[in-house]
Amino acid sequence: MQNEQMELMQRLRELEFAAVELNLFLDTHPENQEALRDFNRVACELAEVRQTYENKFGPTMNFGVSTSKGRWQWIDGPWPWQVGY
Amino acid sequence: MWIYEKKLQYPVRVCRPNPRLAKEIITQYGGPDGELSASLRYLTQRYTMPTGQAIATLTDIGTEELAHMEIVAALVYQLVKDAPLHEIKEAGLSSYYADHDRALYFVNASGVPWTAAYIQSKGDPIADLHENMAAEEKARATYEWLINLSDDPDVTDVLKFLRQREVVHFQRFGETLMRVQDYLQCKKVY
Repeated sequence: MQNEQMELMQRLRELEFAAVELNLFLDTHPENQEALRDFNRVACELAEVRQTYENKFGPTMNFGVSTSKGRWQWIDGPWPWQVGY
Repeated sequence: MWIYEKKLQYPVRVCRPNPRLAKEIITQYGGPDGELSASLRYLTQRYTMPTGQAIATLTDIGTEELAHMEIVAALVYQLVKDAPLHEIKEAGLSSYYADHDRALYFVNASGVPWTAAYIQSKGDPIADLHENMAAEEKARATYEWLINLSDDPDVTDVLKFLRQREVVHFQRFGETLMRVQDYLQCKKVY
């Protein structure tokens, strides 16, 4: 994995971590408007970063969430548990 | 329905093989307080939860636990991948090797396979939510013992992330328990 790919993946991880945290918090505090605003803001930024990553390095998700360009890129490594990922 | 994301929730980069540590960490893959137990416990209890709030919490935490199962698998995989056979023998992993080579399998630290008897699904939301809070604390304690056993800072860093998530899940289950108790109280008509 090249540096740019690692950096974008890390940005994706950070944003998605924030989204998971806010999601779980909202599950038990559904009336909290501040958390809802934060969640929606993070979700928008996450979608943008995911699009940037996928344009350069291929799909991150299966079953029709991500698209492949030119050829079926889903089968390309490295897979998340492989060393150097 | 679940969608796979080609990404670890927390990165795993192990520099040197360590089958001894793999033998201990694998308990969080297939042991009683491990991530498989956690995800299956929550994902099967959710069907009989009384409120949308509780169903959402069990669905989302159960889903995050699947991501943690993948992190633990990545740790074990990288710790044994290039380990020479003599190190595997010295680590006490030869009986595991006989059945599985270096493949991932659901066992505890003593090699006992995973069993559904590790989890409960009682149909009583108060009982189930208490079990889940206890489960999160047991998983947190296991990660602490594993951190004590770890001699690899890269591995310890990942174990600390996983330990912290157990603390957050415990908090969310506690809040869910209070909300479900309130809901059940309101439902009683005298």
